[in-house]
Amino acid sequence: MTGARGVTSEVLSKQPRKDLIRNTIFASVLLLTVAIALAGLGLLIGKNLVDGWSRLNLDLITQNNSSIAENAGLRNALIGTLWIMAFVILMLVPLGVGAALFLEEYGSRTSRVTRLIEVNIQNLAAVPSIIYGLLGLAFIARAPLDLGYVVLTASMTLTLLVLPVVILASREAIRAVPDSIREGSLALGATKWQTIRRQVLPASIPGIATGVILAISRAIGETAPLIPLGAATYVSFTPGPFTEFTAMPLAVFSWVKQPDPEFQTLAAAGVLVMIAVLVVMNSFAIWLRNRYEQSW
Amino acid sequence: MEASGLAASGHAALPRRLEAPSRRYGEKVVYGLLAACAILSVLTTTAIVISLIVPTIQFFGDVSITDFLFGTDWGPTFTPASFGVLPIVVGTLSVTLWALLFAIPIGLGAAIYLSEYASPRVRKLVKPVLEILAGVPTIAFGYFALIFITPQIQKIWPGHFLGGPPLIFNVLAGGLAIGLMIVPIIASISEDAMSAVPRGLREGAYALGATKAKVATRVVFPAAFSGIVASIILGISRAIGETMVVLIAVGSTPNLTFSPVQSVQAMTSFIGTTATGDIPNGSTTYKTIFAVALLLFLMTLVMNLISVRLVRKYREAYE
Repeated sequence: MTGARGVTSEVLSKQPRKDLIRNTIFASVLLLTVAIALAGLGLLIGKNLVDGWSRLNLDLITQNNSSIAENAGLRNALIGTLWIMAFVILMLVPLGVGAALFLEEYGSRTSRVTRLIEVNIQNLAAVPSIIYGLLGLAFIARAPLDLGYVVLTASMTLTLLVLPVVILASREAIRAVPDSIREGSLALGATKWQTIRRQVLPASIPGIATGVILAISRAIGETAPLIPLGAATYVSFTPGPFTEFTAMPLAVFSWVKQPDPEFQTLAAAGVLVMIAVLVVMNSFAIWLRNRYEQSW
Repeated sequence: MEASGLAASGHAALPRRLEAPSRRYGEKVVYGLLAACAILSVLTTTAIVISLIVPTIQFFGDVSITDFLFGTDWGPTFTPASFGVLPIVVGTLSVTLWALLFAIPIGLGAAIYLSEYASPRVRKLVKPVLEILAGVPTIAFGYFALIFITPQIQKIWPGHFLGGPPLIFNVLAGGLAIGLMIVPIIASISEDAMSAVPRGLREGAYALGATKAKVATRVVFPAAFSGIVASIILGISRAIGETMVVLIAVGSTPNLTFSPVQSVQAMTSFIGTTATGDIPNGSTTYKTIFAVALLLFLMTLVMNLISVRLVRKYREAYE
């Protein structure tokens, strides 16, 4: 007697041929879509490598930008980016983590204020980056804050732009800390803030750091929000914290716009430098996530 | 909530005081500071709205709303100036259309592959690469469109088809580059939604004799629909708001055309070329920029509201 198992396997082995063929076709189409996406990235990097290879040397980051392609480099733009990012980190980390802590630790799920803030952050994440540039122009560079076209203006604008990224990542990291840790700490007489500072924050630092790194790597590559802020592409002096600013993507953008083929080579090399920075930062974030993330 | 809330004097007789020794003002300060951080997001939105609306209201003092919204002639910096916004709205929408035609099939295909077909090893390899793609600076996509995609299009485009031959700056190249840019957004959010579909649903379908393809398209896809829609709408928002790609690869000629191989001006590229730091406050050009930006902001806001509603409507909650 064959029994139920025999009947089942007989029925299953008689899956209609048409379905099986369709399944194979479907699987190949899916594989093709993945291949196209990966090929897109490969072509993008490959094309710039081929075009920019001849300018990919140390001169690229030791020479200042110039109107003569042979002498142009990223030096001042790189220093400008570093200054901008230094201020971004100073503002981004406390503001992002603070907002996340408030929403996760102090806000109740059902409270109107919490919901309002949540929807707000979701909306802000979808606002086009150039609109942040206009906000920076109309609110920070000019009255009411009236800071002028300086590094701090650029930093504040970029901070607001990537703040939602950090808030979302930090919230997830904080949420992943189990309540039993908090309750244990509170039961020992710690106050709420002591619990957060000594238990919740240390446990969620890897997740928060990952979010911060990804946000910074996005901020480094952003060009559009800096355009309305009066960014200079040629700065003859070494940028400092309170001077006018320039930044890497702006220098690359200025090269992209030049018809001179030597500038095109330079632009390709500049794009490669920016992608390299991105890859290094993302790899670090992934490593951090895998290395320190704990499951409870 | 806090220990200090329980504090009441006069229990000195108890052997061990459980209440806090002080009023814990520090705790309240911390609460206030954290609340301020959270409120900043609301302030940012308010600041964006105010900074866009005030110049826009002044703008509509100079130009009538109907001329702006329905006019087909865009040349705010020309003399005589014309303020019909339609050409640049159509420019933005046609770039977005081509981006989506590329990104939706590729992104969803990749999502289904990663969630249903890929082995854990392949997934671990492909996902970080997609994350890199998601982080590539937008200026790199723009440059790629200009130096790689456009020449390919010019090579293979069949003559006068759809308004050809293709120009150096054209809609299709920018659209494809933006499409490549939003593939990872659609893929990763959709994949999350598909992975969240419980195993039991898939196993039920397999038990009924369904093939993998059927499980993916008839069970997992509908069950993850709300997440998929959310991912596509976020992709649309990104495409509408993308500035550098259209600035570099699509050009700045405000033509009212639907041809994919002509040069147009998108709303963001108008803002990007016109809004440089030195424009005088209160000039008509300055106000025009903010009027266009407000329209752009409203478009992404509407997208987001649609997304929130659709997600709520089609959400399937699994425990």
